[in-house]
Amino acid sequence: MAENKITLSKSDRKAVCLRHQFLQGSWNYERMQNGGWCFSMIPAIKKLYPNKEDQVAALKRHLEFYNTHPYVSAPVIGVTLALEEERANGAPVDDVAIQGVKVGMMGPLAGVGDPVFWFTLRPILGALGASMALSGNIVGPLLFFILWNVIRVAFLWYTQEFGYKVGSSIANDLSGGLMGKVTEGASILGMFIIGSLVERWVSISFTPVVSQITQSEGAYIDWANLPAGAEGVKLALTQYSSIGATALDQVKTTTLQGNLDQLIPGLAAVCLTLLVCQLLKKKVSPIVIILALFAVGIIGRLVGFM
Amino acid sequence: MNPITILLIVIVALLAGMEGVLDEFQFHQPLVACTLIGLVSGHLTEGIILGGSLQMIALGWANVGAAIAPDAALASVASAILMVKGLDGTTDPTNAINTAIALAIPLSVAGLFLTMICRTLATGIAHIMDASAENGDFAAIERWQVIAILMQGVRIAIPAACLCFIPSEAVTSALNAMPTWLSGGMAVGGGMVASVGYAMVINMMATKETWPFFALGFVLAALSELTLIALGVIGISLALIYLGLKDMAKQGGGSAGSGDPLGDILNDYE
Repeated sequence: MAENKITLSKSDRKAVCLRHQFLQGSWNYERMQNGGWCFSMIPAIKKLYPNKEDQVAALKRHLEFYNTHPYVSAPVIGVTLALEEERANGAPVDDVAIQGVKVGMMGPLAGVGDPVFWFTLRPILGALGASMALSGNIVGPLLFFILWNVIRVAFLWYTQEFGYKVGSSIANDLSGGLMGKVTEGASILGMFIIGSLVERWVSISFTPVVSQITQSEGAYIDWANLPAGAEGVKLALTQYSSIGATALDQVKTTTLQGNLDQLIPGLAAVCLTLLVCQLLKKKVSPIVIILALFAVGIIGRLVGFM
Repeated sequence: MNPITILLIVIVALLAGMEGVLDEFQFHQPLVACTLIGLVSGHLTEGIILGGSLQMIALGWANVGAAIAPDAALASVASAILMVKGLDGTTDPTNAINTAIALAIPLSVAGLFLTMICRTLATGIAHIMDASAENGDFAAIERWQVIAILMQGVRIAIPAACLCFIPSEAVTSALNAMPTWLSGGMAVGGGMVASVGYAMVINMMATKETWPFFALGFVLAALSELTLIALGVIGISLALIYLGLKDMAKQGGGSAGSGDPLGDILNDYE
């Protein structure tokens, strides 16, 4: 009887989407995001199951273990809404099927969400905002905050709707080509940007002086014998622009850092980063590495090496 | 600090603490949290600069699965408050910002322990929810979800409030008493620490296929004319070109074009 079919209206689905933002609120070591998941499902459960017995069963069903990336959880909740709707209308969808879809989708989707959001989008938007913020520009934080939240809310709502519309077939869709391509594309972009961030923002500078050479006449600006007034400034600037920074002093100082930069700028930074990668792979805690780097920094400064 | 400033700082801290677990609006990210604390305490510019510097260190910090990253929320909130204290005293801005950056790292470790305690306490809340579900008590489940979120907010709000009540003179004199080898060494260490966040990202995404893109990004970044946006455009283009070529190779390679080499070989035998 089609006229008696209970359906979730758009406003019901919006209520679920709104609550879904608080998915991780009661994150716990036992069943992880279960409380937040159940909290998100409540508007739908109230609508679909009028009698109390069904409500109790539904609440218990949605307090089972659940954990995934908080954003890509949106298509999972969309699919679950579609399944619960079928069930409320008498379709033979049992608890195992619903839990199976949740568990089946949460693993692969977390594998998409982590690289795309945490390791590509946030570092890129964060670095963009931070590079502006370093000069005290308010646009930096605003840009990061607004762009992130626009993308996030749009993603949460549209993928939940997508999940709701395609119902249980979504699980098959996602294992197909598109999601794989998104992940791969994000990894390429992410690796590229991280490569450039390592060059720009990991700073190691070695201070030891390799050599000091007294330069021949003409290779430096002879500050004592410059003509007076604007004429002198002009001559000094002309010499500076033609010779470069070494023109400033009669003694040309070469540091270890200068020599390294002539090979590839940032060589030490990339070596350090790769070393840290290896340490992390060997299950050394990031906290230990961070504290060790500070120790190295302090010792390096004390002995005048860095 | 006057009472209104303290109240606003505590509200910002509450938001940052809640976001530390929710990871939605990003109030816990240094770029946002430090800016907000700078805003409510009248040191907006310094707050933005501190936020930008800490953000660069915290770029790769993320909660993956059940593993929890160093806590950006306590790091950004507490170090921003300490910076404001220093600025209200007699410390000069550069010194105050640099010291705040150095303090952020130990604070992020302290915050990590606090969130682990909260997440353990939340296990108890999960059991209360079970009992409420047994009675079909919707309101109780909703109430406990809100309590759990607030608990994570209070985790940051309480330390923030405590810091506000330490007199500025104490903070300033502690900051000024720091020997130069320590603050200088911390600055050197801070320059290197960013590599840890990046290494976490690399370990997540590195494959034989993606390493060349890392190398390209690294060498191109040496050209200082290229802004981050320009580098982003290059990166997106490279990704699109690579995926497009790979698709073409797949279709051209097999006679059936199914993208399944083994299937194609089997088909050829038929």
